[in-house]
Amino acid sequence: MARAAVLGRLSRIAWQLGAVAELVDETARVKTLVLEVPDWAGHRAGQHVDVRLTAEDGYQAQRSYSIASAPEDERLAITVERLDDGEVSPYLAEELVVGDKLELRGPIGGYFVWEVEQGGPLLLVGGGSGVVPLVAMLRHRAASGARVPTRLLYSARSLEDVIYREELGRLAASDDELEVAYALTREQPAGWMGYARRVDEEILREVSYPSGEGLAFVCGPTRFVETVADGLVAIGYAPEQVRTERFGPTGG
Amino acid sequence: MDEQDLKLDGNAAAGLLRELFAFELTTARGRCENCGAVAEVGAVSVYANAPGSVLRCPQCESVLMRIVSNGGRYWLDVRGISWLEIRA
Repeated sequence: MARAAVLGRLSRIAWQLGAVAELVDETARVKTLVLEVPDWAGHRAGQHVDVRLTAEDGYQAQRSYSIASAPEDERLAITVERLDDGEVSPYLAEELVVGDKLELRGPIGGYFVWEVEQGGPLLLVGGGSGVVPLVAMLRHRAASGARVPTRLLYSARSLEDVIYREELGRLAASDDELEVAYALTREQPAGWMGYARRVDEEILREVSYPSGEGLAFVCGPTRFVETVADGLVAIGYAPEQVRTERFGPTGG
Repeated sequence: MDEQDLKLDGNAAAGLLRELFAFELTTARGRCENCGAVAEVGAVSVYANAPGSVLRCPQCESVLMRIVSNGGRYWLDVRGISWLEIRA
């Protein structure tokens, strides 16, 4: 038997092929890849997949991308931010076309995961594309019809950089238990009523639930996550209530 | 960019750990041999910029685990962990 076949059977986490079914432009730099993955095992909100690209000369590059779709969704979606000096994201965000096959494995991770049964109240804090796994949690919450009190604080450079803006507006408008707040750090539109600075302790105090109730999920670049996690602990959250996922400097 | 920017967390090692262990390890709890702190693997510090992945204690930053893989072979150094409690 071929060695690859044996490994494929033994490996608990095999690489598989997904076909690009749809590409959605989210912002100028961010694209959602909707994938058709035969035999997808299903996932939980917050998990990620590893994506592997192989060059003609055999060189391989691998990156992790948070799953954007809800477990209840029919197809798997990942949302990719193009980093200009990246090895993988420029290909995914620019060259990939519908019908292309993509090598991936997953779902991966069990720590940064939220399921309705875990309850709340839920505080979600995302920086940049760190919002992706948090939106998977919101989509899961909406699809299951759960009324868990939830607040999303989303930090982005400008309104144009906000991913899923329309959907977030729609979700918040139709759900009394869901609030969405934005912190625009570099550029704000005229008459902007939201936060216009980087997330700090004061903002966290305003958006968090009283006396640090429930659970907090924080995802974004390393420094953002450190600042927010430290801030939450400073205002009364116990470290065990705060789950973090750091994207690091590149990810690209 | 300094060292601080390169810090990831246990989630970033989840795929690699899944290659080696039958169970999900990021939700396992482990004790730091150096300072005694107990944390879920998903919450520990991970540095993946070395030739391999280095997992460090989020409290005292001492090395918990090192994993190097190359061509189907893995080198696993777990001397910084006293024990792991794995939920099957």
